[in-house]
Formats: sequence, structure tokens, C-alpha cells
Amino acid sequence: MTGLQVWWADFCGDFYSSFIREDRYKLLLDGIGVTIKVSLLAIIIGILIGILIALCNLSRYKPLKIFGGIYTDIIRGTPSVTQLMLIYFVIFASVRLDKWIIASIAFGINSGAYVSEIIRAGILSVDHGQTEAGRSLGLSASQTMIRIVIPQAVKNIFPALCNEFIVLIKETAIVGYVGLMDIQKAGDFIKSATFKPFMPLLGTAVIYYVLIKLLTLALRQVEKRLRKSDIR
Amino acid sequence: MIKVKNLHKKFGGLTVLDGIDEHIEQGEVVVIIGPSGSGKSTFLRCLNLLEKATDGEIYVDDEQINAPKVNVNRVRQKMGMVFQQFNLFPHLTIMDNITLAPVLLKKMTREEAVKRGQELLERVNLSEKADAYPAQLSGGQKQRVAIARALAMNPEIMLFDEPTSALDPEMVGEVLDVMKDLAKSGMTMVIVTHEMGFAREVASRVLFIDQGKVMESGTPDQVFNNPQNERTKLFLSKVL
Repeated sequence: MTGLQVWWADFCGDFYSSFIREDRYKLLLDGIGVTIKVSLLAIIIGILIGILIALCNLSRYKPLKIFGGIYTDIIRGTPSVTQLMLIYFVIFASVRLDKWIIASIAFGINSGAYVSEIIRAGILSVDHGQTEAGRSLGLSASQTMIRIVIPQAVKNIFPALCNEFIVLIKETAIVGYVGLMDIQKAGDFIKSATFKPFMPLLGTAVIYYVLIKLLTLALRQVEKRLRKSDIR
Repeated sequence: MIKVKNLHKKFGGLTVLDGIDEHIEQGEVVVIIGPSGSGKSTFLRCLNLLEKATDGEIYVDDEQINAPKVNVNRVRQKMGMVFQQFNLFPHLTIMDNITLAPVLLKKMTREEAVKRGQELLERVNLSEKADAYPAQLSGGQKQRVAIARALAMNPEIMLFDEPTSALDPEMVGEVLDVMKDLAKSGMTMVIVTHEMGFAREVASRVLFIDQGKVMESGTPDQVFNNPQNERTKLFLSKVL
């Protein structure tokens, strides 16, 4: 047998023992479910917190501004693993909620800080003349914000938000620290059963890559529709 | 219609308007000229409360509009404003730009607003652009849409803040033509501009503002052909 054939036989054997034997692929499938579940809820929580914190930061009311500043500062200044474990083992230690929901809250709180900065920059990126035009027509400040400034801001910040979603999905690979079996943890589990790290890690990487590729393609379609008014 | 008493505006330590007293009557077309930084635009922006006057009183239809508890949004609905930079809403079609405010403020139903929008677009010769987006229009077309958008609220007064200053020269005419028509229709207008020929032709009164004060006021003939004030003479000698 040539070297290549030996390598191929090894590869197939490795593939079989990592994914097929004892239905180990099911671990990964369940892991995909957990990753998607945690990421989706975290993205939603992150956007809601992000909007609130952005409004705090843009507010004329000092205490809100200070609160927004401190929130962003602390979240950005500490590792997300530490935040996740603090929230899981300390803050929610005595709360009876599903593990994945607590994890989502932790990631949402983390993401909110970054999303708030994106939203703040987006609102500031809309030319002040737009606000003046809206107000000069007799619209109130909030009508101007909702109908004129925010739709334009959303378009401007969309690529940055997509990027944040992608970062968030990959960030959830640390949920194993609080005992959730996501894609990464499932890969680790297989590795410790077969004692061969290559195939489960390759599998983990491929799954994350495909998930994010699909998301990217979907978001690109949305962005195209948002850009409809740019046609010349 | 508009009465301004002793209007002052300061930005920090800088005095931009230094005591302006002015009456603008119904149907008047008042053209404001003056060097840059003289306070012309600030005066206009004080009239529809985009700038808050530091001191003084502004009355529209005998109601003081810069008093504390006045509903600013209601006051602004009486006054249309056209900006140097057009400020069309780029995410909306031309028709939506025009109908947004009347519909949102419940002055018209959607159908009424669209009908009015079509009339106005016809008036500014842009009927075929109703479904286009602002990015697809030239500067002159954008400014004509901006005029139509302001007219959609059926304002009593139209304010123009250097409406042709951001336009390529060949597009200035089409915008001025629309404004001339508007003046002929009897609209009360206050216009800040550098277009002296237009001022001469259309204005019922010309104000020369410098250093935050009205230095000279009169018919175009008086101000352009027989200016009394030294500063007016100096300014006109440079621009005419």
C-alpha cells in the first residue's frame, strides 16, 4: 500500500470511530441545536439591551449616561468566560431556569455592550440635516427618530451588527464551562472517548464554518433589500 | 404675519444676531442678503425655532412662538423650510418624502396626501419621479422635491435657506423658476440667497443683514440702486 492509501484508510477509520460508532454524530447534532438555541436567544437579548444602553448613552439625563458608560466599560473590560461563570454560578445560582436560558442571558448581556456602541455610532452617523428636515415639517422628536433617523441608522449599522452576530455565535463555544453540550463540547466529548483529537476537532470546525456561512449568505440577502434606496 | 422684536442670538460668547426688529406681512417676499457669517441663516432658523433665540420675541399671527409652553411642532407646521443641502429622506421614495409628514401628522389621509403629492410634483415638473429615490435625482430636482415636500403641509409661510447655493450653476434656474411661481401665487416667503438677480426680480422687500443687524431694508430698487448704508454699498460693490 502506498503512503496515501494508508493515510486514507486511517482517515476513514478515524471518521468511523469519531462520528458513526455508537451514533456519536448524534452528539454533534444535539450540539448544533444547543448552539443555535443559545445564540438566537442571546442575539435577541443583546439587541434589546443594546438599544436600551445606546439610548442611555445618547440621553441628556446624566445618571443614565453614567450607567450606560459603566455597563459598557465593565463588559468590555472582562473576559466573557468570566462573565458567563459569574452569571451562571453566582448570580443565577439559586434561580431555577434552564441552563441554556441562563447561558443566553449571559451572552446577551455581553453582546448588548457591543451592540449598544454599534447602534450609538449608527444613530450619530445620520446627518443632522435629516433631523432638522423632519422637525421643520412639524414632526416630534420621537417621530423623527423612529421614521427618519432609525431606518437610515439600521442600514448603516447592518454590516457591523452581522459581524457582531457571527462573533457571538463563535463565542458560545465556551458554554461547555457551565456544563452545556454545544458543538464544541460534543467534539471534546468524542475526543475524550476516542483519544484522537484530529477528527472531532475538524468536525467541530466544519460545522461552525457551515453554520456561519449560511448565516452570512442569509444576512447578505437582507442587506441587499435594505440597500434598495441606494440605486442610482 | 411675522413680527420680530429685539431678537438676539448668541452662540457661547459670539453674538450672531444683535437686536433684529422686523415685520413681515402676508404675501410679502422678503429676500435677505448679506456677507457670510452675518447671521442671515441664523435669523431664518430662529423663525421656525430650529435655533432658540437668546433674547427677544417672535410672533406669528399674533401668537408668541418662542414663549416657554408653545407647541413647537404645531408652529412649525405653519412654516415650510427649504435647506441648502436639500435634506431629502434618502430611504423613502419621492412620493413618500412628500406624504410622510401630512399623513403622520393626520392632516390628510394617505389617498389625499398622494393626490396632493401628484399635484405638487406636477407643479415642480417632476411627476415622473414619484417612485424614484432621492439618490436617482440631480441636485436641482432634489431641491424642487424639497420645495414640494414643504408645500405638502400647506404652510402659511415658506422659508428658504440658500436654496441654490449647493447646486451646479446650470441647475440654479430651474429651482428659482419654481420659487418665482410660488411668489406669484401669493405665498409669504422669506429667502436667504446670494442670487442678486433673483432678489431684484422677485423680492417685494430686500433686507441687508450684517453683523447681526438689519443694516438696510427697502424695495429692490432702493437697496440695489440707491443704497444708503456704507456697508450695503461696500457689499453690493463686491457682489454685483
